[in-house]
Amino acid sequence: MNKSELIETLAAKIEVPVREAVSITTTILETMQQALADGDAIEIRGFGSFVVKEYGAYTGRNPKTGEKIKVEPKKLPFFKVGKDLRERVNEEAVKAAKKKKKKKK
Amino acid sequence: MTLTKADIVQQVYKNHPALTKAEAAKAVETFLAISKATLIKGEDLLLSGFGKFNVKDKRSRRGRNPQTGDELILDARRVVTFKPSGILRTRVNGS
Repeated sequence: MNKSELIETLAAKIEVPVREAVSITTTILETMQQALADGDAIEIRGFGSFVVKEYGAYTGRNPKTGEKIKVEPKKLPFFKVGKDLRERVNEEAVKAAKKKKKKKK
Repeated sequence: MTLTKADIVQQVYKNHPALTKAEAAKAVETFLAISKATLIKGEDLLLSGFGKFNVKDKRSRRGRNPQTGDELILDARRVVTFKPSGILRTRVNGS
């Protein structure tokens, strides 16, 4: 699913015009991006959390040529899936695997 | 500081005068519910400009309990990963 499909689904479910759903979605994502840009964490119960990890400078290698390169310090956002979502994603996979096995027999 | 769902609801409420507080809360809840349902179905979720949530199937493998060193079998499982967009990465690095 991509952003425009999510927006259409959102518009239908909460019964607002699509352009309103576009603007709500933009606000939600912009709020989250701004928090991460400020170095803040995000915690959404049942969904997951985001933290910004800081990496110091290090000397890396170009894997193709083996050449040494300096890597500047950087920050990267990390996502940790929440317990509820993690379990439900996995449950579906387990169910699907069981169905497959039954068919084989 | 940590951003929570309540903060996001507040922001939606502030930016959208047409919505009541309850409607703003419902919009955020619904946004999250659609996202979760997509991932639970095993489908990836691409939010351009923000990032991509991938659903990956991991095969079962032999692992170890890091505390005791005992060998054990880790079952096959399905996990969610997140890859931040280029835009988000740039913004986090504050240029």
